[in-house]
Amino acid sequence: MSNEGVDGSRRRFLTTATSVVGAVGAAAVVWPFLASLKPSAKAKALGAPVIADITTLEPGMRATYLWRGQPMWIVRRTPEMLDGLKKVEPDLLDPNSTNTSQQPAYAKNEFRAIKPEFMVMKGVCTHLGCSPTLRTDHPAPDIIANWQGGFYCPCHGSKFDLAGRVYKGVPAPSNIVVPPHRYETDKIIVIGEDPKDDGTAKAA
Amino acid sequence: MAITPNPYKTTGFLGWIDDRFPLTKMWKDHLSEYYAPKNFNFFYYFGSLALLVLVNQLLTGIFLTMNYKPGAETAFDSVEYIMRDVPWGNVIRYMHSTGASAFFVVVFLHMFRGLIYGSAKKPRELIWVFGSLIFLVLMAEAFCGYVLPWGNMSYWGASVIINLFGTIPFIGPDLVTWIQGDFVPSDATLNRLFSLHVIALPFVLVGLVFAHILALHEVGSNNPDGVEIKKHKDPVTHIPLDGIPFHPYYTVKDLVGVSGFLIIFCAVIFFIPDGGGYFLEAPNFTPASQLNTPEHIAPAWYFGSFYGMLRATPSAFGTQIWGVLVMGAAVVILFFLPWLDKSPVKSIRYKGPITKAAVTIFAINFVLLNYFGLQKPSPTVTVISQIGTIIYFAFFLLMPWYTKIDKTKPVPERVTE
Repeated sequence: MSNEGVDGSRRRFLTTATSVVGAVGAAAVVWPFLASLKPSAKAKALGAPVIADITTLEPGMRATYLWRGQPMWIVRRTPEMLDGLKKVEPDLLDPNSTNTSQQPAYAKNEFRAIKPEFMVMKGVCTHLGCSPTLRTDHPAPDIIANWQGGFYCPCHGSKFDLAGRVYKGVPAPSNIVVPPHRYETDKIIVIGEDPKDDGTAKAA
Repeated sequence: MAITPNPYKTTGFLGWIDDRFPLTKMWKDHLSEYYAPKNFNFFYYFGSLALLVLVNQLLTGIFLTMNYKPGAETAFDSVEYIMRDVPWGNVIRYMHSTGASAFFVVVFLHMFRGLIYGSAKKPRELIWVFGSLIFLVLMAEAFCGYVLPWGNMSYWGASVIINLFGTIPFIGPDLVTWIQGDFVPSDATLNRLFSLHVIALPFVLVGLVFAHILALHEVGSNNPDGVEIKKHKDPVTHIPLDGIPFHPYYTVKDLVGVSGFLIIFCAVIFFIPDGGGYFLEAPNFTPASQLNTPEHIAPAWYFGSFYGMLRATPSAFGTQIWGVLVMGAAVVILFFLPWLDKSPVKSIRYKGPITKAAVTIFAINFVLLNYFGLQKPSPTVTVISQIGTIIYFAFFLLMPWYTKIDKTKPVPERVTE
């Protein structure tokens, strides 16, 4: 080992330069490992949008589809059901859907739908994830006074109206999620894609 | 004597840790104040490279396990899924398969260094013994890993090797069934080899590596001259005169070794990941078939010598166990090296012509044995392998004699660089 003076600044430069290059190298090595956790091509294929044919859906009935492993409901609402939506507004926590993370912009209206007749929603309670029961019967004093039909979650008693809007005073904190969806035709709904407004469909 | 916390009396956050955990002590004992001989040469890169490859195998193995599905019906397809559908899955898989071969290249060179510089001799016998155990466990680990893709060579290789246990008298066939969990290698076999490969053996391997390094640091490293640097210490600091602190000198120098290694490693994974058919064998690109044996069953290239010795040993008295015993003895004899080398001198630099010739012949013989062990069996190949086997064992069994009678040169007091 040499006894001459150490060139401190040169040593510092070399150490810093090596460390920087080393850090870049380390990041380059780490990236593929982290990226490998992203959905694979197969997972992305399985997450593709679902085609829902509502030709045979009767008024007042519900159809269920599976998209990305979760239940999606399409409820065909009767005029009476649509009238009932206004009546329950005083009891709702978020009647105007101000929580924008629960529905796409095109479903931010009093019906929470593109076409009022068809309610497209995720069949999952926003409390802890149970699947609520559809209760179209009314009155239903066992649920709540002024019940106009809606969803009652048996797990912890959360209540939602027929537009999936959550009642006040229940464990669930927000309206039921409306997934991205669009009308391919009057009778075909594609769940998982936003509507084409500029000629291109956007996958969710 | 009780342990005193924080012997270096550090303060602040570091002091808080040191009061409770020997962090600074470990840093000093094993890095910044571990004095290694200053004359380490090229052969001394392979220990740190082995550590690097171990980390590579563990890391890539963890990520492969996230997508690999053990099971006779799902394994092969899950590997293809990793190769095709998982983002960067192909790179991670190639890193793992190339790493397996790289491990053996590095370990063989690391062992060779120990052989030529007398690193197995007193007081380092236990380091060598731990190392031999690591070699044994590594071979088991590699074997288990190779079965996992459940390609055709995975299946038949597993079948051949597990059947070696069938040569044991009386209990052999039942033992094979017990190991396989079935009458032939099957789903049961694959799942248990998966468990061994992913959990059991890695734990053992890491534990042994830990013990190996601890034993080394307890005694201090050997060097190419075989001179004990602790014999001459500075009277005031007690630092070996020919010693330099491992950090920063060898940490930085080993980065150079790592860089060179990575250049070659990356060239392989990005340009010839199948290693010309030696790192990923052709028959393994087809799923395991119990009906079609590959034309030529060969183990992975790094098992060539041992497989050659196994095949070359003839059966006798109606049993083939002799081949198994010979192959086993070829590994076990390594453990005894510290006691076979009777030379008064450690390093080959100061040994005589007999030992130098013996080591040279041994090395060339090992490579040739490996080559012929991978070839299709034939009378010529068998004879060559038999000669190679005899030379291999002669190197060890005659060592107590030729190392004692060999001329030696005077060993210097201080290292020569």
